[in-house]
Amino acid sequence: MSNATETRIITKRLRDRTEDSWTLAGFTASGGYDALRRALAMEPAAIGAEQVAAAGLRGRGGAGFPTGTKWSFLPEGNYPRYLVVNGDEGEPSTFKDRMLVERDPHQLLEGIAIASYAIGCNKAFIYLRGEFALGFERLEAARLEAMAAGFLGENILGSGFDLDVVIHRGAGAYICGEETALLSSLEGDRGQPRIRPPFPAVAGLYAKPTVVNNVETLSTLPHIVAMGGEEYAKLGVNRSTGTRIFSVSGHVNRPGNYEVELGMTFRDLIFSPELAGGMRDGRPVKFFIPGGASSQWLTGSDEHLDAPLDMDYVQQTFGVMLGSGAVMVYDDTTNPALVAWRLAKFFAHESCGKCTPCREGTGWIEKILYRISHGEGRPQDLDLLLDVGDNISPGLNAPFSQTTICPLGPSAVSAVVSLQQYFRDEVIAMCRATA
Amino acid sequence: MAFTNENLAVAQEILARYPKAKSAILPLAHLAQDQDGYLTQDAMREIAELVGVTPAEVLGTTSFYTMFKRDPVGRLVVSVCTNVTCLVLGGPEVLEHLERRYAGDTEVTIEEVECLAACGNAPAMQVNYEFHESLTPEGAADIVDAYKRGELTARGVSGGTAGGGA
Ligand SMILES: Cc1cc2nc3c(=O)[nH]c(=O)nc-3n(C[C@H](O)[C@H](O)[C@H](O)COP(=O)(O)O)c2cc1C
Ligand code: SF4
Ligand code: FES
Repeated sequence: MSNATETRIITKRLRDRTEDSWTLAGFTASGGYDALRRALAMEPAAIGAEQVAAAGLRGRGGAGFPTGTKWSFLPEGNYPRYLVVNGDEGEPSTFKDRMLVERDPHQLLEGIAIASYAIGCNKAFIYLRGEFALGFERLEAARLEAMAAGFLGENILGSGFDLDVVIHRGAGAYICGEETALLSSLEGDRGQPRIRPPFPAVAGLYAKPTVVNNVETLSTLPHIVAMGGEEYAKLGVNRSTGTRIFSVSGHVNRPGNYEVELGMTFRDLIFSPELAGGMRDGRPVKFFIPGGASSQWLTGSDEHLDAPLDMDYVQQTFGVMLGSGAVMVYDDTTNPALVAWRLAKFFAHESCGKCTPCREGTGWIEKILYRISHGEGRPQDLDLLLDVGDNISPGLNAPFSQTTICPLGPSAVSAVVSLQQYFRDEVIAMCRATA
Repeated sequence: MAFTNENLAVAQEILARYPKAKSAILPLAHLAQDQDGYLTQDAMREIAELVGVTPAEVLGTTSFYTMFKRDPVGRLVVSVCTNVTCLVLGGPEVLEHLERRYAGDTEVTIEEVECLAACGNAPAMQVNYEFHESLTPEGAADIVDAYKRGELTARGVSGGTAGGGA
């Protein structure tokens, strides 16, 4: 039996100080804002080029892009520059950023201050999912506390560096988590993605150079500065360095957020008594969805359960992503077509409507999966789904190609491809039984 | 209804945060919705004036977002998740029970929503954006009833302070 455990770095305070982890007093009593002081004594450019790059930090929002590299794309001499924090967390079954915001908001603000100093930004925006009312209150209270104590605002800790932070609530639209849609939304428009290039680093918020980073990515920064980038890089595996929070949900005994060192296996994460604690009623894993709703699926086979939490390995070997860190686990009582239908319904609802293949295709996928999963399927329906999917993501490969502006459309095809790959016989039998 | 004097002062503070006024549309719409209980035509007209765009542009933006209600809703908006984790752990049953129980109750609006980032304690719902997790159908109704009786204090319909304000 596995005895794998958490490695708590960014979740340490919120686990240890359940009574006051979100207050300034609780934060500073546990080392908070020391890393900011240390960062302000460094050369700004060295933070990205040396510490963050050496740490091998990759974005925790979904795409896993190297953070230091992203910062280096900012064109020289073009100011103002903006930092925009992605706190829109809407990827189904992902619930880590909400926890970080509600329970350790100062850690995020410290990361924001360090990143802003590093990239030369004096105004940062936090785009917070509109439904996170408590998170907004906690973050706003923390911002005011930090301003009053001189950790934000003008001349931070006597360094001469100024930073104004604005917390901006979204209003219920998953697509606003996509970085260019987020920028449109923050500018007061409908949250629709933009064609890239130009990338946000060149022309982002108000057409100015902009870095968009995820809440967990920025919450990790103070620890990289405190530990030193090279030390941080000793954690993890290959190009997946450090720890990540995995949101484990579904038919497990102990659903929840677990911060673990990358490189651990899915089996350890799902079965360790210290982590998700195994399957409810001892039933077998039928399939699980790593990385959020946008990823393709894996099954309860040894090959899949024993795969390491390594972003590149799972992508290259199985065509799935670690994505947003969600791991949804389903036992043998689950109808995979029903799960696929509900995901399709989500994507159809959340499509912003800008591109025809996504707007129309997600609707058709939802309708066909509805009839399959509700006893009205036809034997040829799975092939029809693949045909619709091919119009959105030609070739149905992973990583996917796209006929659309953003990856939402292709994401809606992932579940269809997984049904075909792992449950074709079951789905067709289901349709035959009703035909 | 237009902004109260107190909320107009809050609106000015919000406007001052942004390099471009149009960015204030979402926060101002939240403020108006907390004040009025839904996003009224008058509020959209006033927001348009405050940020310097046409009322149609405010409608164009706000109509994209599910949190903004352009028709009157109950004092309590109950958002029940039925996305995949809640789906397999009883979310649809919670939704069905609440829909039946509060059918015709003008104080309560029940809506089905997407994943609320509470899947660790599924099934989950929000009442005016306050989280309630690990629900059963009856337990969920008890919570709604507690709000109805005033034993639990509801946020505004947009999740801020009821009546608006900072
Ligand atoms: C449809 C869609 C939804 C997304 N939702 C989120 C989200 O809720 N939070 C997030 O941080 N990134 C989300 N992303 C990824 C962002 O576009 C972006 O890659 C990320 O915020 C960059 O930050 P990082 O490099 O720190 O990960 C989404 C992407 C897509 C295509
Ligand atoms: S792929 Fe879908 S969500 Fe993305 S821009 Fe096109 S229509 Fe909008
Ligand atoms: S699936 Fe219901 S809260 Fe996430």
